[in-house]
Amino acid sequence: MNAGGIGIDPQTAAAPVLARRDLEIIANMVDDGSRVLDIGCGNGALLDYLGRNKGVDGRGIELSQAGVNACVANGLSVIQGDADTDLEHYPDDAFDYVVLTRTLQATRNPREVVSHLVRIGRHAIVSFTNFGHWRVRLEMMFDGRMPVVGDEGASWYDTPNIHLCTIRDFSTLCDDLGLTVQRALSLSRSGASRKLKSAGAAANIRGEEAIFVLTRE
Amino acid sequence: MTATRDISPASGDANAGLPGLQAELARDEPMRLDSGETIGPFTAAYTTCGELSADKSNAVLVCHALTGDQYVLENNPVTGKPGWWELMVGPGKPLDTERYFVICVNVLGGCLGSTGPRDVNPETGEPWGLDFPVITIGDMVRAQALLLDHLGIDQLFCVIGGSMGAMQVLEWASRYPDRVFSAVPIAGAARHSAQNIAFHEVGRQAIMADPDWRKGNYLREGVNPKGGLSVARMAAHITYLSETALHRKFGRRLQARDAVSFGFDADFQVESYLRHQGSTFVERFDANSYLYITRAMDYFDLAAEHDGVLAGAFEGTAVRFCIISFTSDWLFPTEESREIVRALNAVAANVSFVEIDTDKGHDAFLLDEPEFHATVSGFLEGAAVHRGLASK
Repeated sequence: MNAGGIGIDPQTAAAPVLARRDLEIIANMVDDGSRVLDIGCGNGALLDYLGRNKGVDGRGIELSQAGVNACVANGLSVIQGDADTDLEHYPDDAFDYVVLTRTLQATRNPREVVSHLVRIGRHAIVSFTNFGHWRVRLEMMFDGRMPVVGDEGASWYDTPNIHLCTIRDFSTLCDDLGLTVQRALSLSRSGASRKLKSAGAAANIRGEEAIFVLTRE
Repeated sequence: MTATRDISPASGDANAGLPGLQAELARDEPMRLDSGETIGPFTAAYTTCGELSADKSNAVLVCHALTGDQYVLENNPVTGKPGWWELMVGPGKPLDTERYFVICVNVLGGCLGSTGPRDVNPETGEPWGLDFPVITIGDMVRAQALLLDHLGIDQLFCVIGGSMGAMQVLEWASRYPDRVFSAVPIAGAARHSAQNIAFHEVGRQAIMADPDWRKGNYLREGVNPKGGLSVARMAAHITYLSETALHRKFGRRLQARDAVSFGFDADFQVESYLRHQGSTFVERFDANSYLYITRAMDYFDLAAEHDGVLAGAFEGTAVRFCIISFTSDWLFPTEESREIVRALNAVAANVSFVEIDTDKGHDAFLLDEPEFHATVSGFLEGAAVHRGLASK
């Protein structure tokens, strides 16, 4: 890891490129100069990008200590913490955006986590792998084994991903919580994104990944 | 290597000619202490390294620990050893003196130049001894703020320190949020735990049980409670290490002998080591100062001033925090740091929190821990960008 590196110098640094398509799309959703909390921020790629390119006041929470140390050594404001236990300490409306990317499936209580996201942030942006995707369905049907999508090959017994859902499942949760879905996108394998129309059956089959923007009202 | 100095009472005015700088503070108006008493004028002994920028925006205050001093980088005049944080402070180090102006002040109540119980009470012409007012962490910080006024520095770019230094950092950020841009409390806590108060009490009782302590009047009577102070240091030193580190360093190895002596000599290396720690400590530290400074730590409880709610100490703060703890530190365990992080989250403060994996215990903040140093470097670099400090 680049231990002593400079984190956020817009003058000298070349504009970084986000390797993940979902992060790229999310970065474009965030207003310049806003306050962003990235939960499960990993190596801080999104925060770094937003800091450099959009003047965002960014904070992160990351479970892995190695990830946290790398982020802080890179000049980012990140704490070691757990989405399941640490969100309750944040006040209401502390951030413009609270971002949770590819992390919801690893939380113990996704419903509570989503409630906290929209409480802490004026907007919550959630990305997740869609387990209603046709390839997952086919694998289940023909292989008869649990899907390992986005799981880097971990088996069912050692995966951290314990709460898998489909686009339709997630939409239902949002309805149950009385949340407004401001925007919803599905992403195909090629990275093409399309607007979701009320969690239609087609999107739930075609989308490999989904991004939802939620608000309380 | 500079010549060593004798700070024992027999040397008379031990502070005269100490290297570094001294400022006489609270000259016009005495400083009010948390105890309700006042003090002043008093001396603050300090050192600086690096150069203060024209706009005075690059000042970093290093707060030292219980038995630390202002010789953060330059050789300690008493021990002749290099500065206690030379791994952290200096050209190209995390606290880069080519970039930052680093200040370190001997705390009020200390015994290396700043006014403390060893000094002469102007009203009596005798050493203060136990007539010296009880000092708190808040009082130490207030004294440092007066020094900054004296130096014409409105805002510190960073306040940083480990252990008792971390307490001062938290006090700074809470009491003077406008004067602190970033704060790095390392291996610290927002209040001293019952266990830590207990260890301090053992140390104090060891000093007070020494017949040469003379109810704190040993200077007047020309003696020095070295035995008691040495035992206090030995007990405390154990708390700065970890079981793993002690085992690795000494195990059950014997000291310069092939078999146990069936007596009470230092048979084991660890005994010999502790005795050495104790006997060298008494050459550089004053027993009454040890009482006063341990007391200051015991009284520290940042939440207490805010109806028991720690978050209240940081309401609306704009300070950028970086909290650091060490996995094997059982004196100031990570959970204490986590409590500070939770309080800062509760006010949506800008906070980073890193726990460094090490088996070196509490003292890890003084030692060569590359990941720790990388954390401090990276945090300061990020803060410097936000503060608009010129890069190197």
